[in-house]
Amino acid sequence: MNRYFWVLGAFIALVVLLAVGLNLNPREVPSPLVGKPAPAFRLAVLGQEGQTMGPEDLKGKVWLFNVWASWCVSCRQEHPVLVDFARRGNGTPIVGLNYKELRGDGGIDMRRVPAEQEVPLALERASGWLKTHGDPYLLTVMDIDGRVGIDYGVYGVPETYVIDKTGIIRMKHTGPISPQILNEKILPLVAELNK
Amino acid sequence: MKPFFSSLLLVLGLISGPVFASATNEAALADDPVAEKRLQELSKELRCLVCQNETIAGSNAELAVDLRREIRGMIRDGRSDREILDFMVTRYGDFVLYRPPVKGITLLLWVGPLALLLIGIIAMRSYLKRRSSQVASASRPLSADEARRAEALLKEMNDK
Repeated sequence: MNRYFWVLGAFIALVVLLAVGLNLNPREVPSPLVGKPAPAFRLAVLGQEGQTMGPEDLKGKVWLFNVWASWCVSCRQEHPVLVDFARRGNGTPIVGLNYKELRGDGGIDMRRVPAEQEVPLALERASGWLKTHGDPYLLTVMDIDGRVGIDYGVYGVPETYVIDKTGIIRMKHTGPISPQILNEKILPLVAELNK
Repeated sequence: MKPFFSSLLLVLGLISGPVFASATNEAALADDPVAEKRLQELSKELRCLVCQNETIAGSNAELAVDLRREIRGMIRDGRSDREILDFMVTRYGDFVLYRPPVKGITLLLWVGPLALLLIGIIAMRSYLKRRSSQVASASRPLSADEARRAEALLKEMNDK
């Protein structure tokens, strides 16, 4: 009899292991950047000609870094949450990273876009999108070719990073932020980092 | 059969349009076959995070194209394979490697199958041992008392 308990126990352990494994989201790849300094960049600011911005400009502040693009469908779903976050105005700045505004859009044939027109067209599309959907960002920087995205390990837009006062990435969320994630994960973390 | 193949070719031609397009865009290193071969080898080691069961070599996802471009740039800059793989791991984590490194968190992955095999062998050996000792004990000669009873039973049967 005892032996059957062992077999049953092993079987249940296997079922639990498989059940947990199957319920993990394979899209949620833990980022090796958490706990590391936010990679440096210097990119043009949307709507402010000649202006550039980099992470060191926000040293001393806790901020969110949100990757978006006008072609990104889930960003549309996420956007009201960000607008709401900004409106509640707890002073936490959100910086937008507009990721491959034209090149990332599968509907655009880049061979038909003359090189000198790419940036103006991207700026126009990005600001148009913010006009329609609301602008929760302190500012948005333009990652035209996606190089900064690679440094941040971006693989599925939208993505959001929480960066602390010393410029260390404290959290990364891949995929749209739901109100639940905002309230249960991001806001408590921001509050703690602001202490 | 013929119309089937020609329509297949047509379909392939249609869907592979972008493939050839990106292939020509990516022709930067094509004049350097050694570098191009290195790119191929390296991108076979790397997982495309968008379409997770494809390598960067095989995937045509936007990100894979970007990462191949990045690798090309690094090869041109004379960086070693180790450096290029490290570049990817610091950004995307060990998951980007098709052959995860042996360390604490991946230990189960590496030794798990071996451990299971070992457990199986041990379990089978102990089972066989027990069984053979059971068989051995069952095949001992009959005691005098048992022999008499068997004799009696056989006799009874024969008498019937």
